[in-house]
Amino acid sequence: MGKLTGLLKRRGAPETHTVLVCQGTGCQSSKSDQIQAALQQEIVQLGLSDRVKVKSTGCHGFCQRGPTLIIEPDGIFYTRVKAQDVPEIARCHLDDGQIIDRLLYQHPGTLEAVSHYHDIPFYKKQQRLIMRNCGQINPEDIQDYLDTGGYQALRNVLSGMTPEQVIAEIRRSGLRGRGGAGFPTGQKWQFCRDSAAPQKFVICNADEGDPGAFMDRGIMEGDPYTILEGFTIAAYAIGASQGYIYVRAEYPLAIKRLRIALKQAREHGFVGDHILDSDFSFDVTIKEGAGAFVCGEETALMASIEGKRGMPRARPPFPAQSGLWGQPTNINNVKTLASIPVILTRGAEWYSSIGTETSKGTAVFALTGKIANSGLVEVPMGTALRQIIYDIGGGVPGGKSFKAAQTGGPSGGCLPADFLDLPVDYESLTQAGSIMGSGGLVIMDEATCMVDIARYFLSFTQHESCGKCVPCRVGTKQMLEILKDITTGKGRAGDIDLLVRLGNSIKVGSLCGLGRTAPNPALTSIRYFRDEYDAHIRDHRCPAGVCQELA
Amino acid sequence: MRSERGDLIAILQEVQARFGYLPEEAMRQVARFVAVPESQVYGVATFYSQFRLTPGGRKTVRVCQGTACHVQGEAQILAAIKKEMGVVPGTTAPGGDFGLETVACLGACSLAPNMTVDGDVHGQLTPAKAVEIISRLVEKR
Repeated sequence: MGKLTGLLKRRGAPETHTVLVCQGTGCQSSKSDQIQAALQQEIVQLGLSDRVKVKSTGCHGFCQRGPTLIIEPDGIFYTRVKAQDVPEIARCHLDDGQIIDRLLYQHPGTLEAVSHYHDIPFYKKQQRLIMRNCGQINPEDIQDYLDTGGYQALRNVLSGMTPEQVIAEIRRSGLRGRGGAGFPTGQKWQFCRDSAAPQKFVICNADEGDPGAFMDRGIMEGDPYTILEGFTIAAYAIGASQGYIYVRAEYPLAIKRLRIALKQAREHGFVGDHILDSDFSFDVTIKEGAGAFVCGEETALMASIEGKRGMPRARPPFPAQSGLWGQPTNINNVKTLASIPVILTRGAEWYSSIGTETSKGTAVFALTGKIANSGLVEVPMGTALRQIIYDIGGGVPGGKSFKAAQTGGPSGGCLPADFLDLPVDYESLTQAGSIMGSGGLVIMDEATCMVDIARYFLSFTQHESCGKCVPCRVGTKQMLEILKDITTGKGRAGDIDLLVRLGNSIKVGSLCGLGRTAPNPALTSIRYFRDEYDAHIRDHRCPAGVCQELA
Repeated sequence: MRSERGDLIAILQEVQARFGYLPEEAMRQVARFVAVPESQVYGVATFYSQFRLTPGGRKTVRVCQGTACHVQGEAQILAAIKKEMGVVPGTTAPGGDFGLETVACLGACSLAPNMTVDGDVHGQLTPAKAVEIISRLVEKR
């Protein structure tokens, strides 16, 4: 019967398909490159080459279900595909048009198979602006980006907007820096524009170091072109002729794709001398980090580009006045730059209609930890944590109960269940004692010990402290020692107060963001989970059963 | 001049890619080439965790210690590797088959817990699975 429908179909208008095979780091780790090769071979053997196109894409965000593939135009989404499934996909689906049920995503609650990409709760509740092309275009083929309207924003800018008009539009959009601090992007550009100097620089901060965060990696691997386009527009707006993209060395695939994108952009005249026949010239250099978390801090990052140890320095002078090689420099995060083209093509008014009063647009989160659907999630600012965790993330698996959501990585904090209805934006998270950060969102359940988590983050920041400021270098060490004592049953009465005092001193006594925020995970966990500290110190008991010495 | 000094880290990365580590003599030569004091090259080489001053193993295993990996039991994986293979982070297996390192975060958090073998990500590990993957790196003698 299957053969018959296949025959009938072939006699009528043959159905054409495009198979999008995810080639992000996650899916590649489960051999999606071999799957794609096998699929291509199978298609040739079945003589389907003229009506089936196979396309590599970047990350779809649903890494946990990888390797994933989408069959267009229907948007059928197959998850956890193995090489041995390939012949069946080619024969049954691509040739005969039959959906293979066992490869579909299964709703964890109803156990129902969901065939269409857009019907899966994980995707359905998202609004993808920054990641609009991730998983849709081939990240190694600029034509694919151009076909989706790519580089239209740069064309518009260079053909009819002054730098001042670009800055005004970005200011009107309300875009704020997506690296974590949330400074208004347009204003930042204006400062740098206003600095008079023969040479200015722009830097794209792609040194995504927060443990538990991979938003920027996903975007660089999925749509490097939009970052480059936004970067070029930023350079035009502030008047820079040279840009640096600083990427951490731990992201080899992202670096590879950025290099390919840069080469193609140069060939197409989007980077280089007289871009699109205008007077504007701009070149880009990709710099690889070398494994230092502190280099995510802007002054340390610039020191690293200059070939020095990545040590932060005091501000002022701010980079907008004196930055790289002493010249005015503008630094933006990957997600900030990726937002620029979409703002300029669709308009500031449209963009500012998304989000909350003070935080406009969308936020990208890396949803991980004790969560059913983990991956990259993009939602309008102001979306409640509950919606992100339960509607998109599918809640806590294994019948366990939710304990905390950790935002902002080692600079942020753990928020308990009371905050589930908190609308997520810059202000609300800061008020709750955490921060928006760059987008890490780690979910913890009842089997996670909050004292252990505080110890974990302190051991990270202590290790990554560059050692310049004494309160950070010595203070984080002391906090870590106290936390180690508490988690091994050697906690003493008064330790909690000592941690709070130390933490507050480190915050005021450190130069850069690392030291100023390093005590946050400990301080918020004390604020919201003090009973767990008490149980460790007073009763020599770890309620979550994590701390081995107390088990 | 300016660009060469700015390329110091990239040059050291290339040296390490060639030799597997930064030999002392190579660092001295880099200092002369870039025209900076040897102390500055040493300062950079010891600041960044990517650089190593001693030879590593034939393969490099990096166990991720990111937050997602931590809450999904990365500690048990390291403990199992230590127990079964007798290797702790920062050291090399007897015979030099592999060097074991930890890394702050690989950014493959959806697949936590993870490790890489020469850059290839292995995700959704269990202690047993990790030990099995590493055992395959040990050459039969």
